[in-house]
Amino acid sequence: MKPPKFDYFAPDSIDGALSLIAAHGEDARFLAGGQSLVPMLNFRVAAPSALIDLNRIAALRDIRIDGSGDLHLGAMVRTRQIETDPVIRAANPLLQAAAPHIAHVQIRNRGTIGGSLAHADPAAELPGIVLVCGADIHLQGPDVRRVVSADDFFDGIFSTAIAEGEIIAEIVFPAWPKTRHWAFREVSRREGDFAMVGIAAWFDTGADGAISAARIAAIGAGDTPLRLPAAEAVLTGGTPGPALFAAAAQAGIADLQPGDDIHASAEYRREVGGVLIGRVLAAAWERTP
Amino acid sequence: MTAPYIGQSVKRLEDRRLLTGAGRYIDDVKLPFMRVMAIYRSPHAHARIRGIDLAAARALPGVMDAFSAADIDMELPEIPLRLAPFQGFERFLQRPIAQDKVRYVGEPVAVVIAEDRYIAEDALDLIEVDFEPLSAITTIGQAAAGETLIHEDAGENMGTRYTVGRGDADAAFAGAAYTRRERFVTNRHGAVPMETRGLIAEFEPGTPLLRLHGATKVNFFNRRHLAAAFGLPETAVELIETDVGGGFGARGELYPEDYLVPIASRRAGVPVKWIEDRRENLTATNHSRDIICDLEIAATEDGRILAMRGTVQGDMGAYIRTNGGVVPSKAAQFLPGPYRVPAFSCDVQFLITNKTPVGTFRGPGRFEANFCRERLLDMMAADLGIDPADIRLRNLMQPADLPFRIGELVPGDPDATFDRGNYPSALNRLLAEIGYDDWKDRQGAIVDGRAHGLGIACFIESSAAGPPESATITVRADGRVEIRTGASSVGQGTETGLAQICADGLGIDMDAIDVFHGSTTLVETGGGTFHSRNTVMAGNATRIAAETLQRRAVELGALRWNCEPGGLTYGDGGVSRGDEGLSLAELAVFAEARGERLFADASFDNEKKLSYSYGAHAALVAIDVATGMIEVVKYVLTEEIGRALNPAMVQGQAIGGLVQGLGGTFLDHMVYDEDGQLLTGSFADYLLPTSDGLPEITAIALEESPSEFNPMGFKGAGEGGIVAVAAAVGNAVSHALSAHDISITELPITPDRLRRALRAAGA
Amino acid sequence: MTGRHRIVLTVNGTAQDCEIEARMTLADCLREKLNLTGTHLGCEHGVCGACTVIVDGAAVRSCLMFAVQAEGAEIRTVEGLADGDRLSDLQQAFHDNFALQCGFCTPGFLTTAEAFLTENPSPTRGEVQSAISGNICRCTGYVPIIDAILDTAARRRGDRT
Repeated sequence: MKPPKFDYFAPDSIDGALSLIAAHGEDARFLAGGQSLVPMLNFRVAAPSALIDLNRIAALRDIRIDGSGDLHLGAMVRTRQIETDPVIRAANPLLQAAAPHIAHVQIRNRGTIGGSLAHADPAAELPGIVLVCGADIHLQGPDVRRVVSADDFFDGIFSTAIAEGEIIAEIVFPAWPKTRHWAFREVSRREGDFAMVGIAAWFDTGADGAISAARIAAIGAGDTPLRLPAAEAVLTGGTPGPALFAAAAQAGIADLQPGDDIHASAEYRREVGGVLIGRVLAAAWERTP
Repeated sequence: MTAPYIGQSVKRLEDRRLLTGAGRYIDDVKLPFMRVMAIYRSPHAHARIRGIDLAAARALPGVMDAFSAADIDMELPEIPLRLAPFQGFERFLQRPIAQDKVRYVGEPVAVVIAEDRYIAEDALDLIEVDFEPLSAITTIGQAAAGETLIHEDAGENMGTRYTVGRGDADAAFAGAAYTRRERFVTNRHGAVPMETRGLIAEFEPGTPLLRLHGATKVNFFNRRHLAAAFGLPETAVELIETDVGGGFGARGELYPEDYLVPIASRRAGVPVKWIEDRRENLTATNHSRDIICDLEIAATEDGRILAMRGTVQGDMGAYIRTNGGVVPSKAAQFLPGPYRVPAFSCDVQFLITNKTPVGTFRGPGRFEANFCRERLLDMMAADLGIDPADIRLRNLMQPADLPFRIGELVPGDPDATFDRGNYPSALNRLLAEIGYDDWKDRQGAIVDGRAHGLGIACFIESSAAGPPESATITVRADGRVEIRTGASSVGQGTETGLAQICADGLGIDMDAIDVFHGSTTLVETGGGTFHSRNTVMAGNATRIAAETLQRRAVELGALRWNCEPGGLTYGDGGVSRGDEGLSLAELAVFAEARGERLFADASFDNEKKLSYSYGAHAALVAIDVATGMIEVVKYVLTEEIGRALNPAMVQGQAIGGLVQGLGGTFLDHMVYDEDGQLLTGSFADYLLPTSDGLPEITAIALEESPSEFNPMGFKGAGEGGIVAVAAAVGNAVSHALSAHDISITELPITPDRLRRALRAAGA
Repeated sequence: MTGRHRIVLTVNGTAQDCEIEARMTLADCLREKLNLTGTHLGCEHGVCGACTVIVDGAAVRSCLMFAVQAEGAEIRTVEGLADGDRLSDLQQAFHDNFALQCGFCTPGFLTTAEAFLTENPSPTRGEVQSAISGNICRCTGYVPIIDAILDTAARRRGDRT
């Protein structure tokens, strides 16, 4: 299981990376953490003519909070940093809570958020978290920089809105209110395996105690990470509690579009996805912000 | 640590090199001018080969050679049967490389030899084979129906079929107050050692000498057949063992590659290395455990077993390999287990399918039989309103029943007899340790939102089959004491165990001992390492050699002192006469001066009288009913092993086996689609147990009943940890969910399968 | 940049200079170019953990990293754990606890645990279990490995001598 031949470049700037990808065409691939791409190379199911390694680009490693409290993560921020960095913990606890579920520490030490989003495995955690947080993905092309919201980013299995010649520059997570309720749960065959199904959710409550805003996303339940709009609609304006959460779970199941694989049937994913919606909402509500 | 070493948890001699990265596994061996080999394997489960084009592969820079069956200038031998060589199997033997047809995904079709593995894989990508796909047989049912023939000349897909038994089972069933029949399915999975297989072959230029590095397990058997295949005298073939990264039944058997690597080396005129990669490993190395068992039990109203009968159908894959018949035949033999079963009958069928051929995996046939029988016993207990522990205590053979002749339950095997023991004692110890009485009325209890269940299972397990084993002890003039044995090591601590026995046998320090094994040149003969036999066979051989060496030392002492040997005593590593003493080193120097050596050669033969270990397992599980996620909270096992040579190593075998068994119960599963494609061809899909979710484990080795069939009283301890795991867990899960009428009859137990059953039950 | 690459990296404290193809994994570079065969390949797709090495302080899969990416990096392998002939405390704890049998997975467990204990000197049993959940052992059933890592942590903290 040895990778096929490729040309290798390690630019130290985004501009350098963009001009290399332009020069080498569609057979070239960016190499981020490599934790999904390199296995594909070793199995020879991918055979790019060139790899453009992003690991030497310092500008892609930024972690910062801007004036409005939004969290900016460079594409090459590693999963292990998401798991442990105190700035991220303060800025988006949900993102941090999901990180330990991603594979194993050796993978998290190399894997990156940008790589995970670009790979777009529908069972992966970070795409689901980006979606539930309503983050924006900033794509840099040779000429323009454009912003794609997470809602519009995922096109299908392993397919995204990234155009040829573009690179993920950063991911921007909206500011996180301190009083927000949130939780993440997944079921997987073993610790670190891709989720058979997983649910992430948050909601805010207003002065009247009713839910003022809510978002729920599912992973492993469709061709992409999925928003669950019917469940969100049930929650919004409702009073948190078992009855509301059960209703949201019921509504949410209808939006799950899972498939079968050897680890779980579609039926399992749909049913357990519904169970997890209820559990996630209850856990979110129990969490005292 | 000081003598006596036997019975102490002596630290392992093997560890230092392995801990520092200085171990030498086969891929660490590099020889001058060595090239590597890679194999083009069939992508089809069943297809005719219309043509093979190697031109592009041969033309690639860095490639020395590429060849297929048509290029090989020798008769391609059949890979022989080693164990369970049943009549009929001879029609389904595999040759090292496909000729006209491929019969499973992964079957070797062509070979490339190149400078390195990267280039070799580039060359594989350039090989073009014209296949005519044929319909594939992927289930036992399809194989039995026989609409497609996998081996046309055989005229059927039934490898062989026979019936074994004792007593009149049908009569017992006819008169029984209670009967129940169930179908059980055990999942195809395999040994999957962490180190994949690998070999280096060297044909010495100009001399008919074949040296094969990377051998293990049964080197002398393999040498005989390789020598015959290559037309060489046995002494011209050397098999050399390196450090080995786990065997568990699969490694060290003769496989196609054991022939292809030497063929490649002979063609290339240089040493050739082949290292199996993990993708190959999952399709090329024997699978195991794939049986369907229809089992029926007859009993009295108060739960006394009158008879068992059934059918075992094994999915053998596309060919019968060296030990392919073991799982179905041993499953049948062990179906009655440690119980009084007056009448028994079993129809055993071996079916050929378009899948990877099967062989043994730790506890072959036992893991499967225990699952079927112990599940059925629990069902019977529930039907009759009897506690599961009580029904077992009521039926277990009692000490007075032993030894018990079980009869000829495997055709051609020597008559088998369970040796003495106290089976109820092992079960009672288990029940006490797990707190059975506290649990038996709380089965199915919901604690913290999860349904809890406790399952128990009993087992009996044979060890130490096969030919005699050899050991030679030599004292060198520098005082080093050398053991050479024909036994192999697959990583289980063979060197440490034999050094313990030798040190006690000679009254010397363990530090003075070196153990050599697994070379057909350093050692004259050997039986090998399988069936939990090393400690029993090589251990007793070492003991006999030490005793012989003592006598030899006394004889030399008498010569040195010019006296009668009668006045000399052997002790503490030397010979003494009154206050005078001669150390072994001094005697070795004296012997050398006489042109002799201080050594002793021994062989131990148990005359096919196997030692039977036995015991019981208990699992406590907690199940999240809504998700089907199962946690094994606590696990206890007891195993009577006669005598523990090294308790910590025994404990390691038990816990290691148990965790492997949890994998086979919940995770490990070779899944094929209807075209015969393996869907679990990577570690992302073929799931092995990890440190996640380990239960609290208590493994108790009992030493109440030493074996009477070997002087040291050992019983094999390598497999008792795994053999009853699926049985105990299956019972625990069924108890936890008995309110929903869940009854586990198929492995693996997965969240998806459990939810499907619960959904059907409305839960 | 096609063809071969010249890289300089530090392995177990020694500067090394290698000429490699871009596609050569770090694992193969260590094993084949530097003859450090203690790093083992168990799956070559990032699941088994046998090839774990420490790169700039972090445990990584050396089968999922190209050697060319390690230019300038500090790498620690199993061969760099012992102090001359003296086993490291972690290696000694593996020996004392019977935490290895065949030994093939052991280098990956040692490097994983070494990096883990540097980050978390006072782990719970559950944290250790989680830290090694990306390493597969077929022999030991993990229990003695967990014990050995906990023993080492306790010794390093001075809780145990």
